[in-house]
Amino acid sequence: MNTVSKAIDLPIEELVHPGNRACSGCGLSLIYRTALKALGRDTILVVPPSCLTVLQGLYPIAATQLPCVNVTFASTAAAASGVQAALRAQGRQNTLVAAWAGDGGTSDIGIQALSGACERQENFIYICYDNEAYMNTGVQRSGTTPAGALTTTTPLVGKAQQRKNVARIVAAHDIPYVATCSASYPLDLYNKMARARTMTGIRYFHIHTPCPAGWGFDPRFTVKMGKLAVETGLFELYEIENGRFSLTGASKRLLDKERTPVEKYFSVQSRFKVLPREQVERIQQETDRRWNELKQTQS
Amino acid sequence: MHCIETGNTAAATGVKLARTQVIAAYPITPQTPLTEKLSEFVAAGEMKAEYIPVESEHSALSVCIAASSAGARAFTATSANGLLYMHEQIHWAAGARLPIVMCVVNRGVGAPWSVWNDHQDSMSQRDTGWIHLHAASHQQIIDTVIQAFRIAETVRIPVMVCYDGYLLSHTYMPYEVPDQDKVDRFLAGSAPARLLDPSSPMNLNTVTLPNTRPDVRGDIAPAYMEIRHCLQQDLTRTTAVVEQADRDYRDLTGRGGHPLYECYRCEDAEFIAICLGSLSRQLRGVVDSLRSASVKTGVIALRLYRPFPAEQLVPELDKARGVLVFEKALSYGYEGPLFSELKAALYHGSRRPVLHNCIVGLGGRTITTADLHTALADFCVDPETVRKASPQWIGLAPLK
Repeated sequence: MNTVSKAIDLPIEELVHPGNRACSGCGLSLIYRTALKALGRDTILVVPPSCLTVLQGLYPIAATQLPCVNVTFASTAAAASGVQAALRAQGRQNTLVAAWAGDGGTSDIGIQALSGACERQENFIYICYDNEAYMNTGVQRSGTTPAGALTTTTPLVGKAQQRKNVARIVAAHDIPYVATCSASYPLDLYNKMARARTMTGIRYFHIHTPCPAGWGFDPRFTVKMGKLAVETGLFELYEIENGRFSLTGASKRLLDKERTPVEKYFSVQSRFKVLPREQVERIQQETDRRWNELKQTQS
Repeated sequence: MHCIETGNTAAATGVKLARTQVIAAYPITPQTPLTEKLSEFVAAGEMKAEYIPVESEHSALSVCIAASSAGARAFTATSANGLLYMHEQIHWAAGARLPIVMCVVNRGVGAPWSVWNDHQDSMSQRDTGWIHLHAASHQQIIDTVIQAFRIAETVRIPVMVCYDGYLLSHTYMPYEVPDQDKVDRFLAGSAPARLLDPSSPMNLNTVTLPNTRPDVRGDIAPAYMEIRHCLQQDLTRTTAVVEQADRDYRDLTGRGGHPLYECYRCEDAEFIAICLGSLSRQLRGVVDSLRSASVKTGVIALRLYRPFPAEQLVPELDKARGVLVFEKALSYGYEGPLFSELKAALYHGSRRPVLHNCIVGLGGRTITTADLHTALADFCVDPETVRKASPQWIGLAPLK
């Protein structure tokens, strides 16, 4: 495992072209660039409709140097299974298959195919970048949109329901490796991804990915926004390896630190502007309760 | 080698002989025994293939689409609502130009539920860009499955091999299995293109604009409409590829010779019955009976349904006085789809036979030889009067 501790230690080779179609301050563009460095050239990407389809660009232009098959929305994990089956049939065992979908494509329309692939114990990496709504169609609510967030389909009062915890749903399939990451901690992402590259079986990544356009903040604050989500304890960085849960990186360090009040995170994005004070307090209490549990299990 | 087996086993044996590399399977009646047989072949080591037991039909075709993009020979099979559940992927496979072969074991679609045979399922996928072949016997099933891989891989268009649920899929009939070395020779030089390869990266099926634009070298790249036009052109050229595949197959096995449609006693026929699938075998008996009463009739079993072989069919039909189209499908609110197409095909001809449409056997309704006989005999006596009742439902029970 080649762990990196500084950005300068990351592989120099860029597999994502500059000048792609990502929005200014796009969290996805950060993690795409970083993760592909960890996955390397001998990788085939499987991509359903998502911001990544847009980032990659319009025919005949492509933003990546990796082979990529764009697939239908519901089929990501099944398509990745198909690529993997073809590679096995042809004896091309070293090539890695990486499916890369958004939160809508993973938590909603694609969850059946993902669950099927997990149950079959397929051999590929599945990456869900979670920007917490259907972003490239203009910010509609998804299964992972947090409660209280304004979207175009949860207007005026925000989303009434809690978000799905997709990483835990996937982990319930007893797959070898589940990791959560954040676009604001690229080295943590790189290290987890580089390690997962060496494993076999299905490996799931859930990556918290701030979206300036969808969340309503200035594009220069993407990294700060992601860090706030982690520092408030609203999004946890962890790994579940062969069933063993452990907090990692900034979340692990948070066990011994004072957490930032959740109110801080909510107040700097326009999508939470209608979140009632009482609900913010309830979320704070719930977060405190969860972290007390984490402290007990992780100490 | 001769054997007596089911139509589903005949299809599975064809898939095995074609050395298919990836099989995706989800159970649905009456297709299930086909993919069960393939799982047996793989488990017993008789066949070296990746067998992926997926969680839905949508995923079954997704697996094939991706596997075919990565250069593997891929196969799946389905029926009825399973086929409809694949619908999005059926369009995708043709649009992506992938040489997948799929057996459609024809069954009526819900609601209400029916597990019995008609052609509404495959007919509903008519406009997806696939090649549609219909087999009328067990022998045709195994031969057509093998030919389908050659055809698909030559023109890079997926092929549906359709055959009747239960009537063919579950019945035992004798057929001849070609030797492996003959099939190997037949498919030599034929393979899916390996589009997904890190040593030669490509981005497949990207967002494509309404208008053409230059690529990085300044060459004009086709837009969506040009790409679709290519599919249409290649599909219409497929007729010749189907004919060539059949000629080569006949040279190797001695069987074939009717690549687009099969005629029975049509040479001097004044009246021709035309249909898809196993019904043609039943109609042969009707024709024999009418011939013995000096009524000059014949049967055409259409094997290639898409691309529609209008150019080749018209000279067979326009010399007849009347053409009776028996269909196990309906374009609701209008008439049988095959009937509409034959009418359109004959429009440009100088001689137009009288056409009549009979809807039969929906949802497995028994098609009696007596009913077929009556319909064809009545038509031969007075085609013009009969024509006015089109489309005519045959076998419909009277309700109070």
